[in-house]
Amino acid sequence: MTYKPGSVAIVGAAETTELGKLPDISQLQLHADAALNAMADCGLRPADIDGIATAREVPTELAHYLGIVPKWVDGTSVGGCSFMIHVRHACAAIEAGLCNTVLITHGESGRSQIGRPVQGVGPSTQEGQFQMPYGPLGPPTMFTIPVLRYLKTYGVGIEKVANVGVVQRKWAGFHPRASFRDPITIDDVLNSRMIAWPFRLLMCCLVTDGGGALILTKADRASSFPTKPVYIQGIGESVETSLISQMEDFTSSRAFRVAGRTAFENAGITHKDVDHLMIYDAFAHLPIYGLEDLGFCGRGEAGDFMWDGNTAPGATGSNALPLNTNGGGLSYMHSGMYGMYALQESVRQMRGTSPAQVEGAELSVCHGVGGMFAASGTVVMSSQPA
Amino acid sequence: MSDYQKWIPVPTPETQHFWDGCREGRLLLQRCGDTGRAYFPPRPFSPYTGSRNVSVFEASGRGALYSYVINHRPAKGFEAPYAIAIVQLPEGVRMMTNIVECEQTPEALELDMPLEVCFEKIDDDISLPLWRPAGG
Repeated sequence: MTYKPGSVAIVGAAETTELGKLPDISQLQLHADAALNAMADCGLRPADIDGIATAREVPTELAHYLGIVPKWVDGTSVGGCSFMIHVRHACAAIEAGLCNTVLITHGESGRSQIGRPVQGVGPSTQEGQFQMPYGPLGPPTMFTIPVLRYLKTYGVGIEKVANVGVVQRKWAGFHPRASFRDPITIDDVLNSRMIAWPFRLLMCCLVTDGGGALILTKADRASSFPTKPVYIQGIGESVETSLISQMEDFTSSRAFRVAGRTAFENAGITHKDVDHLMIYDAFAHLPIYGLEDLGFCGRGEAGDFMWDGNTAPGATGSNALPLNTNGGGLSYMHSGMYGMYALQESVRQMRGTSPAQVEGAELSVCHGVGGMFAASGTVVMSSQPA
Repeated sequence: MSDYQKWIPVPTPETQHFWDGCREGRLLLQRCGDTGRAYFPPRPFSPYTGSRNVSVFEASGRGALYSYVINHRPAKGFEAPYAIAIVQLPEGVRMMTNIVECEQTPEALELDMPLEVCFEKIDDDISLPLWRPAGG
């Protein structure tokens, strides 16, 4: 048995009231602010929610803080794609009748670090023994490690990676809430501060505060809500390794391939059906790996595909594929677990309310990464009932 | 060496043999008894078949530079810029490392260049496997 396409819908969706640098609000309250906004979006109160899912914060803390009495709980926390995976688990739970109305929340004080749970690596963990002694300094020095091998394998130049940020900045220009909106050039990217060669500042995501929340229920209940329902057509998930040094193929993510294929098969769609695409971009190489691992481009071809303008605003023709239309983690916002913001933009596109609305878009694929190529979740959404 | 500022690994029962080997200047890997394939990091069973029929063997100590970044931000115990690298071993496994006795520049660090293992003694228990250009 697989999930029946279109049987669950997103009826409530919202980001926090503000995004950016928010030193006057704690991480827990960012979750709550987003949750309250999503409930207001669809006219619900905490008493109407009977399922809750969140990542990093334990769902227990959030349920109690919000005054929710859940019959179903999911605390899957595998990084920034946890929310895509929550959508999948929620669909299964709703379909199985374990609960009726699920709230998925994200909140993160990534920039201001207010009310953040303590995080860290122990010296006897696998990472502590086999990676940390060599001086990695967070994601900019680890998520990026496979890229030189990719570039050499396919004879791709670093300017193709730099271009990802340039194209996405064009999309960000449409969004009043995006952190960075001014156009940039390839030269701007290639002359920005060196972070971890070959990655420069404008190839890395920004770090901000914010949150988002989704509310899901059975599709046949969706018409009783004031919002335009967004139907879940297919979903996939996978994990590979929490050690970047041990990923099977440095030019491709196994978790991407498994999650993506599962979601496409579940939805019964082909690549030609996709009107809009989000690929979680903590760093500029992610959309390139994602386009190839999801099957939109052949191996080594995604950089050229973007270079030719196919994912940019105004692209026309059969290759046009609007990608990361909020500007992505490189320009819109990135709190640390960005997946929720990619989901929010897919929902806006399917509702027809994005400031960068893709005309006539009916099918959106939203693809997330967790950790550093460690995990993945893919959600296929439709504006049309099954 | 009390002035050692970098991260010091702490072995677990499953990895103790690896660190004992490093202390003796030997790079120890494990092999799956069913498939004959080597694996890393250490664990008392095969990640390929789930079998507990595994053995420890000494690696050749040869390798090649597989991929890397050069970190430019300050990090405790390191002098930036420094490379965080992945070495490919002919035995079929990869590991993270630093490349020593070599300039930390894109020009000096050529992908696929041959490397050989060496060990830096951190304290009486831990010697860290590092890699340097082969035949230096």
